[in-house]
Amino acid sequence: MTRNRQWIALSLTLLLLGGLLMAYKAIWLGFPLMPDESSEQWIVQARLELEPLEGPVRADLLLPARTSGFIVSAENFISRGFGLTLEDELFRREANWAIRRLREPKTLYYRATVIPDTRERRIADTPGFPSPPVLEEPWAGALEDLVADVRAESADVESFAAEVLDRLNSASPDENVSLFMAGADSPLKRAHLAQTLLAGARIPTLLVHGITLQKDVQRAALQTLLAVHNGDDWLLFDPQTGHQGRPPNFLIWYRGDGELATITGARLANLQISVKRRVVSSLDLATQRTELKDSMIGRISVLQLPVQTQSVYEVLLLVPFGILAIVILRNFIGFSSFGTFAPVLIALAFRETELFKGILLFLLIVSLGLIFRFYMERLRLLLVPRLAAVVTIVVLLMTAISIVSDRIGVETGLSVSLFPMVIISMVIERMSIVWEERGATTSIREGIGTLAIASLAYLIMSMDVLSYWVTVFPEANLVVLGVIIAIGRYTGFRLSELSRFRQLAKPGEGP
Amino acid sequence: MFGNLVGMRRAGVLGLNCRNSEYTLKYNQRRFYPLVDDKVLCKRRLQERGLAVPALIALVEFNRQASHLDELLGDHTEFVIKPAHGSGGNGILVISDRRAGYFVDSDSNLVLPEDLAHHLTNVIGGLYSLGGQPDVAMIESLVHFDPLFAGLTYHGVPDIRLIVYRGYPVMAMTRLPTRMSHGKANLHQGAIGAGIDLASGATFGGVSGNRLVSTHPDTGQPIAGFHVPHWSLIVSMAAQCYEAVELGYLGVDIVLDRDLGPLILELNARPGLNIQLANRRGLRSNLDAVDALETHHETPEERVEWSRRTFGHHPAGSRHNP
Repeated sequence: MTRNRQWIALSLTLLLLGGLLMAYKAIWLGFPLMPDESSEQWIVQARLELEPLEGPVRADLLLPARTSGFIVSAENFISRGFGLTLEDELFRREANWAIRRLREPKTLYYRATVIPDTRERRIADTPGFPSPPVLEEPWAGALEDLVADVRAESADVESFAAEVLDRLNSASPDENVSLFMAGADSPLKRAHLAQTLLAGARIPTLLVHGITLQKDVQRAALQTLLAVHNGDDWLLFDPQTGHQGRPPNFLIWYRGDGELATITGARLANLQISVKRRVVSSLDLATQRTELKDSMIGRISVLQLPVQTQSVYEVLLLVPFGILAIVILRNFIGFSSFGTFAPVLIALAFRETELFKGILLFLLIVSLGLIFRFYMERLRLLLVPRLAAVVTIVVLLMTAISIVSDRIGVETGLSVSLFPMVIISMVIERMSIVWEERGATTSIREGIGTLAIASLAYLIMSMDVLSYWVTVFPEANLVVLGVIIAIGRYTGFRLSELSRFRQLAKPGEGP
Repeated sequence: MFGNLVGMRRAGVLGLNCRNSEYTLKYNQRRFYPLVDDKVLCKRRLQERGLAVPALIALVEFNRQASHLDELLGDHTEFVIKPAHGSGGNGILVISDRRAGYFVDSDSNLVLPEDLAHHLTNVIGGLYSLGGQPDVAMIESLVHFDPLFAGLTYHGVPDIRLIVYRGYPVMAMTRLPTRMSHGKANLHQGAIGAGIDLASGATFGGVSGNRLVSTHPDTGQPIAGFHVPHWSLIVSMAAQCYEAVELGYLGVDIVLDRDLGPLILELNARPGLNIQLANRRGLRSNLDAVDALETHHETPEERVEWSRRTFGHHPAGSRHNP
């Protein structure tokens, strides 16, 4: 690649890299693109009330494991006096509480914070084919007929399962179905029945139990879904309605035929699952998610730094945006100012004072400084000592303004201490020289130009969205770098040149 | 305004961004910059090549020297003080006379010896140098402009600017000081620019700012059709500067001294674009013509010959000087 074209590759690489990193964080890790976005999280609580019977007590509670669409971000167990062990497998997690002797009724709590996740995950391992159920007549014959019937009306596992559930839920079931339906009065039994029927066609099934996360529920009911494996993936069906897919906000709790809680040595007087919704900032949520997913890229964020350092970098990371504004003003528009990047530093000072007060202070200090500078011209000081004297005078002026404004009770003056005094001194020096060489008008015009550019840079750098962006997506500066490099190769006219050379645009006037 | 864009493109106008990236960054190597940015070095280099420059009276390097003006100046009564690293004409002080206790500058203002010494220390301190580095003040002998120019200038020395691209003079203009420019040959301060035909050395109409002017506002003389004396020598000197400093995109400033003929005042590695306004045409086509040459000519004479043949205009009705 020739050197002339390298900049395009470099610029595009930077734009792409920055863009991809941002997209990864925004889409995969769910970092919100705007500040103050909020999302939901849920506090799910299982409450077990135990009444003592005889002997040692053991309480086993299945816990949410590998929840698709959600992540459990924090868990608490409240169980004073009980020993707690956790069984932790990929698709099955269980808490085992145990105590040698239980004297009085006791309540155990399990509490989990659940946050939404962008990813759907596998429900369970790929199963083997089930053996067909061994049934007596007339059920065996009925099953055979039913499977043959349904197979004739379906194309694949998905439509087969849907058809089976459709027949089970039909208002006027045919005689084969009616035969099975006798006694299947609860949803759970209905689901078991569907499993048996599907096993007749050697289709692997699994029961999936969970709750729907709603706003605030005191007593959430466990719902059972039927997972059907189609050879590639698990498909979820609601056995009661035949709807396919995970219902919205459905939190998968456990799988299989077991019970949520198994108690020995005590009576389970009450098992209650409650759900509470909390609204939290999306940013906090994304940060939690980053931790849980252990994502390296997600950690490229100023938010990982200590708070004091964060605020420093928030400002530093904004500087390239102010500089980009200056690059555009100079190379596209054709503005000129005292000092190339002095306006950015002045704009940084404005961040502390707010724009209007900042401009007032700037004007005040520069005009007072100019007066002193003109006086010193008469003293014929050497250059460096004179610059030093101007800096000193600027510092004294700032102190005086602080003291006076404090006396009056105006708060403005106090933030003046962050004004870039050396930069201001240089502005004063340059202004006074331009004043003498090119006249007051040019000097004041350039001074106002400097102030205008600084104000614009300030307005850009004080955008809330931008300061949020650079902290959460510091890689946005890679995009800025790419743009700056591209502008560096812009060879077209500046806006000011369109007016400067306008005479040359008219044809036929040349010599 | 954007209608201008199309017209300017068609007219081959060179913009600053384009000048920087396509010409100065490409053809002016950094290592040769000191040869033009340091005016002392530049002057020596040109003298070695046998090119005429204004004589150097003294160099002022230390603040202490500034207070011993008599030693520095000898019996010179007229001179120019320049920062060796100055740019854009800043920091230049022209003294046209010296009396018992004071000096007189080009605007006939009184300048006290203390003022002069202060100006010298400012220059040495780096006030006018690029980047503010400590500098050296040059004291040069004053140029007495050719009286032929008398009708075309007001209180100052008109100069001639040529753009020399890869050794070929591609465009020329003269800058005529006016009352508005305070005798300075600086176009944005109000001096008049007038393009010069490379072939004949005859001026075209003048331009002040963006306005066409046919006569000098202070003297009333017509601007167009004036034949610059020693034109062949001037173009040839400009072309030779390429060998002296090896910069591919070069501005050469030449003044005509009454007694000494053309003198090279200074060279510029980033010459401005106003020459296009003065000539009322863009630079691009001339630069492209040089780039399109299959083999470049060896000697400055050949290049000058080619340039004058290629870029000359020979406008009708030009006025010849005796």
